Amino acid sequence: MDVVQLLRQYIDCKTTLFREGILDDQFTQLQKLADDSSPSFVVEVVSLFFDDSEKLLKNLTQALEQPVVDFKQVADHAHQFKGSSSSIGAQRVKNVCIAFRTYCIEENLDGCLKCLQQVKHEYALVKNKLENLLRLEQQIVAAGGSIPPVE
Amino acid sequence: MNVGAACSSGGTNGIEQDPHVLAVDDNVVDRKLVEKLFKNSSCRVTTAENGMRALEYLGLGGDRQSCSSCQASDICPSHGLKVNLVLTDYCMPGMTGYELLKKIKESSHMKEVPVVIMSSENISARINKCLEEGAQMFIQKPLKLSDVKKLRCQVMQRRS
Repeated sequence: MDVVQLLRQYIDCKTTLFREGILDDQFTQLQKLADDSSPSFVVEVVSLFFDDSEKLLKNLTQALEQPVVDFKQVADHAHQFKGSSSSIGAQRVKNVCIAFRTYCIEENLDGCLKCLQQVKHEYALVKNKLENLLRLEQQIVAAGGSIPPVE
Repeated sequence: MNVGAACSSGGTNGIEQDPHVLAVDDNVVDRKLVEKLFKNSSCRVTTAENGMRALEYLGLGGDRQSCSSCQASDICPSHGLKVNLVLTDYCMPGMTGYELLKKIKESSHMKEVPVVIMSSENISARINKCLEEGAQMFIQKPLKLSDVKKLRCQVMQRRS
């Protein structure tokens, strides 16, 4: 595939991510932080986010499977997830986490379980699309092209 | 400089040293982000994953509360390099940012160091409590580059 096609795919992918609110401006802020001394900054942060998220999802699932649910602990995990998703710009994940915490405070198990499903869905979506975006970036650079500057 | 779970990096090559920031946050993504924000603003950064590690790094861990070497110079051989700013998350397991702030302000040799608290939540009771205990500032997360540049300015002004 040539650079022009790759660039087109990249721009489409990025536009969709923002238009559908999967990513917000915080992600743009991250991209602006990358520079010559740390060109792979975004890839590094995103990898940390993926690792951290997987751990948090496992913790959330286990906590909600307990015979007696410790809602405070569930809320703590949801708060952590809200924090990291907010820092990355994963807006939809963050928003589900906000709702999640409310259900925890109300000790609403049903609500929590629904949020768990939702957050898993939103996380899978942002993970898939971000991996795609970052892979396209690498392919463009490898093909001798350059990424359009961040506005 | 590696101190347990604290990691240092950054700084430019200047005669006057860049400010040294100790950033405390239990979240790995936030630690990475804060580190980059400060590095991009010409600051040296050490990160710590919790309050205990932060106190150890500052030389306040255990019973090393009083040290005659500290009074004598900026760089105390027992307590490592001087820190110009402590930036800490509020919500952390074990020791909160507020508790860390208190311990720093209670110490004889670190109480003058500015401590800034970060939080994703804008709770005025929390903010007031921290300011009353001597926090320099309370900043909302996620941190922006403009926040960091402002902090650096304030730290540099205090030094001169």
